Amino acid sequence: MFSPNELSSYLIIGAILFSLGLFTVLTRRNAISVLMGVELILNSANINYVAFSHYSSGGLEGQIYAIFVIMLAAAEAAVGLAIVLAIFQIFHTIDVEAAETLKE
Amino acid sequence: MDHPIQTDYLRWIVFLPLIGAIINGLLGSAIQKRMGKGAISFIACAPVILAFGLSVYAFLTLKGLAAEQRFLIDRLYTWINLGSLKVDMAFWVDPLSAVMILVVTGVGGLIHIYATGYMHEDKAFWRFFAFLNLFTAAMLILVTADNLLLMFVGWEGVGLCSYALIGFWYQDHNNARAGNKAFIVNRVGDFGFMLGMFLLFWSFDAQGHGTLTFREMAKWASTLQGQQLWGISVITLATLLLFVGATGKSAQIPLHVWLPDAMAGPTPVSALIHAATMVTAGVYMTARLNFFFSTAPETLHVIAWIGAGTALMAATIALTQTDIKRVLAYSTVSQLGYMFIGVGVAGYAAAIFHLMTHAFFKACLFLGAGSVIHAMHHEQDMRKMGGLKDSMPYTFWTFAISVLAIAGTPFFSGFFSKDEILWLAFTSEHGSPMLWLLGVLGAGMTAFYMFRQFFMVFFGECRADHHTQEHLHESPKVMTLPLVVLAIGAVFAGYVGLPTVFGGSQFARWLEPVIAAHGEEHASHALELGLMAVSIIVAAFGFFIAYLMYYRAAFSPERFAGLAGGFFYRLFDRKYYFDEIYQVIFVNGALLLARLGSLFDQYVIDGIVDGSASLTRFVSWLNGLFDNYIIDGIVNAIANITFGAGNQFRRVQTGNINSYLYGILIAVVLAIIVKLRYWS
Repeated sequence: MFSPNELSSYLIIGAILFSLGLFTVLTRRNAISVLMGVELILNSANINYVAFSHYSSGGLEGQIYAIFVIMLAAAEAAVGLAIVLAIFQIFHTIDVEAAETLKE
Repeated sequence: MDHPIQTDYLRWIVFLPLIGAIINGLLGSAIQKRMGKGAISFIACAPVILAFGLSVYAFLTLKGLAAEQRFLIDRLYTWINLGSLKVDMAFWVDPLSAVMILVVTGVGGLIHIYATGYMHEDKAFWRFFAFLNLFTAAMLILVTADNLLLMFVGWEGVGLCSYALIGFWYQDHNNARAGNKAFIVNRVGDFGFMLGMFLLFWSFDAQGHGTLTFREMAKWASTLQGQQLWGISVITLATLLLFVGATGKSAQIPLHVWLPDAMAGPTPVSALIHAATMVTAGVYMTARLNFFFSTAPETLHVIAWIGAGTALMAATIALTQTDIKRVLAYSTVSQLGYMFIGVGVAGYAAAIFHLMTHAFFKACLFLGAGSVIHAMHHEQDMRKMGGLKDSMPYTFWTFAISVLAIAGTPFFSGFFSKDEILWLAFTSEHGSPMLWLLGVLGAGMTAFYMFRQFFMVFFGECRADHHTQEHLHESPKVMTLPLVVLAIGAVFAGYVGLPTVFGGSQFARWLEPVIAAHGEEHASHALELGLMAVSIIVAAFGFFIAYLMYYRAAFSPERFAGLAGGFFYRLFDRKYYFDEIYQVIFVNGALLLARLGSLFDQYVIDGIVDGSASLTRFVSWLNGLFDNYIIDGIVNAIANITFGAGNQFRRVQTGNINSYLYGILIAVVLAIIVKLRYWS
């Protein structure tokens, strides 16, 4: 049903990866885990970029975008970990629910 | 008349007295302090005498010309040029104005000289002469104006000076009131003059040649024939309105009431303004516009009867007066009445003739009365005089001559002029025997009251108090000399206008270029002599009664006063109740109107103002309510709603990242569903 060279198989992989990432983000309370989920979501987007690019024009645009996204993810991880560190210093935990008091 | 001779000296006849008035008016106070009253007298008298010289020169120039060319003009500049209205500042002298300027500057000059003596004790000497000169200038403008509008300037100017000089001793409230009365009554007449002038210009303009110049008006006068306004001929209406102006200035019924009160002014003023010159302005104006008046027989009729009524009424009042100046004042009103009889029977030349002779003898009478008043320490009541014959010989003799002249004694000036008017009143197509009869009756009374005055003042026992009697003195030369000159005029001025039976009037011939001679009447010389005899007899009768009553004291005046239960005496003494009637109707009427106006103001106008104020306040109050409750309510409601909504929605912000993410997820899913379901 799924031939390995078909676009849809890449998209399905991307979708599974996205769902796993989303699930992780929604369910985990550990801030590090939430960040890891975000990484998964970003990588699923990368797979989609490359797949679409390959099956449409065959050029390198998808790969270029993917590299941008990876770079972005690195920056995001750095900022996110810095926030997590700050939260840990204040609340002595990295549970995201501890940061609820920031709402006001 | 077609080619008027342009001159450049006529203006100085007007300007010289004006310059005198300006110098004395602006600098008089200082001059009087530094250089004394002599300097003021010189500044005041010299211009008038010079103007008299110029007038004589103008007169001789005219005399040297052919009759139809006797016309000098001095055009200064165009005064008003507005649409079809073009008015020049121009002075002219034709035979008629020549007579007037000679009278005004001649008699006026004598009165100026007299006044320097009469007013010598007065502190405001300079003010008096400033106004007297200004009056002379205004009067000269009036008589030399070449158009109706400029004439009106003089007309108003003399009215103003008259007002100022009647109230000259304004410290006494009564004098100021008399001045006001003269001014206000004249105002009524002037209004008529103005309306008449407007009407004339308007109807000339409708004919395509709008003009106010006398010469052009005379030329176009015939075009107004047949023009009508409200069903009345325009000429009749305009001449009637102009005559209203004349009744004001010349003190005819019903506007005569101011002249007797005007005697409140200094006596030279009474002589110059209220006897010799200003009051004759109305006569001059009607004579000047004779080409209109002659074509309006209805107006002439009105004028003749008003003149006769005034002549008779004023004469009857003069019978009972005891104030030396008031007798003369009523006599003036009466003589003006004669002049208007003359005008009313289209005998303009006769009217002007009487004007001229009257100027001489009435000025002389007034100045004589002034001399008496001067000697009596400002006593004017004749009942306190008497026996002045010996102590004041000059005054006595000049007064006597003038009394003879005014009473119509044969071969004195008044006889010729009055007789010519009476003669015309009898024979003219506009006249009637009735008119003549009224005139003769008036003449008889004139003789009576003038001799009554004469006897009361100069004969009999002196009734003044002891102190006054001791100080009785003849007036100084500067006062008696004008008296003598005027008395000579009072005798001989009549000889320029002899009746037809004695060779015809030179005077009428002189005026012929201006005033078309009334057609040669074919009445017989016998009739003329007969009428003359009647008037002489009536005058002699008047004299005789006065002689019996006041000289011989053969019977007492009270017997006459008591006739008909004293009704007539009271009527005459109270001046026919004119003042009282005017007080009730006009003065009280005006006050009532004012009171009504005040009530109207108080209740209606103030009510409206207050009402609108209250209304505004009420509307503002409503506005305030609207603002407070509705506008503020809306604003506050919006704020409250926003606040409430914010309060509710803040619960959404839990601070829990997971719940936010759920929110995002749900929103995205919903968005996808909506996209697929509705926009696919």
